[in-house]
Amino acid sequence: MQFGDPLSVTTTSDTQIVITRSFVAPPHLVYACYTQPSLIRRWLTGPDGWTMPVCTYDARIGGAYRFEWQGPDGEGSLAVSGDINQIEAIRYIDSQEVFDGGVMGPAYRAELAFAQEGQGTKLVNTLTYTSLAHRDMVASTGMADGMEMSFQSLDRLLAEAQG
Amino acid sequence: MIETTRLDATFHALSDPTRRAILTRLAAEGDITVMDLAEPFDMSQPAISKHLKVLEKAGLVSRGRDAQRRPVHLEAQPLAEATGWLIEYRNFWQAQFGRLDDLLGELQRLEAAAGKN
Repeated sequence: MQFGDPLSVTTTSDTQIVITRSFVAPPHLVYACYTQPSLIRRWLTGPDGWTMPVCTYDARIGGAYRFEWQGPDGEGSLAVSGDINQIEAIRYIDSQEVFDGGVMGPAYRAELAFAQEGQGTKLVNTLTYTSLAHRDMVASTGMADGMEMSFQSLDRLLAEAQG
Repeated sequence: MIETTRLDATFHALSDPTRRAILTRLAAEGDITVMDLAEPFDMSQPAISKHLKVLEKAGLVSRGRDAQRRPVHLEAQPLAEATGWLIEYRNFWQAQFGRLDDLLGELQRLEAAAGKN
């Protein structure tokens, strides 16, 4: 299964999801944007209107990170914690992540590889889950695009249901 | 927690392409009999019925009372809840990467300016 371009999401094995994205900037800059809280806060802020009240990142082996997002008017919140098992500056990060409240199921392995691609960077984010069911639960998030065409019908049905 | 469990059941039901195709058809065409549903999928009625049981268990479809036809009916509310969550998640990442592109552009311009000094 594959969804989207230039953001590609592939299910390569029973327990993995691979997210690939290309950037025009070189690896050291992409890496910096993933590991420096002052830079992370500039882009990983969530949907429009959301804020990121907590953003910490200790970029070393044994280091940890924590991101918390808050929706407008208490509309919702999302938080993730990570432990860094392996990190090689500008090339690779291997960590264990878990979302608060079991939102994305149990802890999973998150690997980030930053590879030079021409003048730019190819980012490969490999997510390894504990089981096929766990992976599929997360993978089904990628189906949103495919379902889009049926939304108008759904809206109509919902309008009918609400009378 | 009940909310999460129900989402889990919905996502499990949605994780199969045939089941997603069934829902899409129901959304577009309204109530359909199992026989009519099975036709474009190149699948036997029992195979389709098995998928329908999973969808029914997740509350995504219901079966009509008409004893003969028992048409399949899309239950829009749980699907709307799940897809609402999905869209939020997907939009979330698309927006993030778009912003990251902008930030990287800014950093590159800074580096280019520094390189000229």
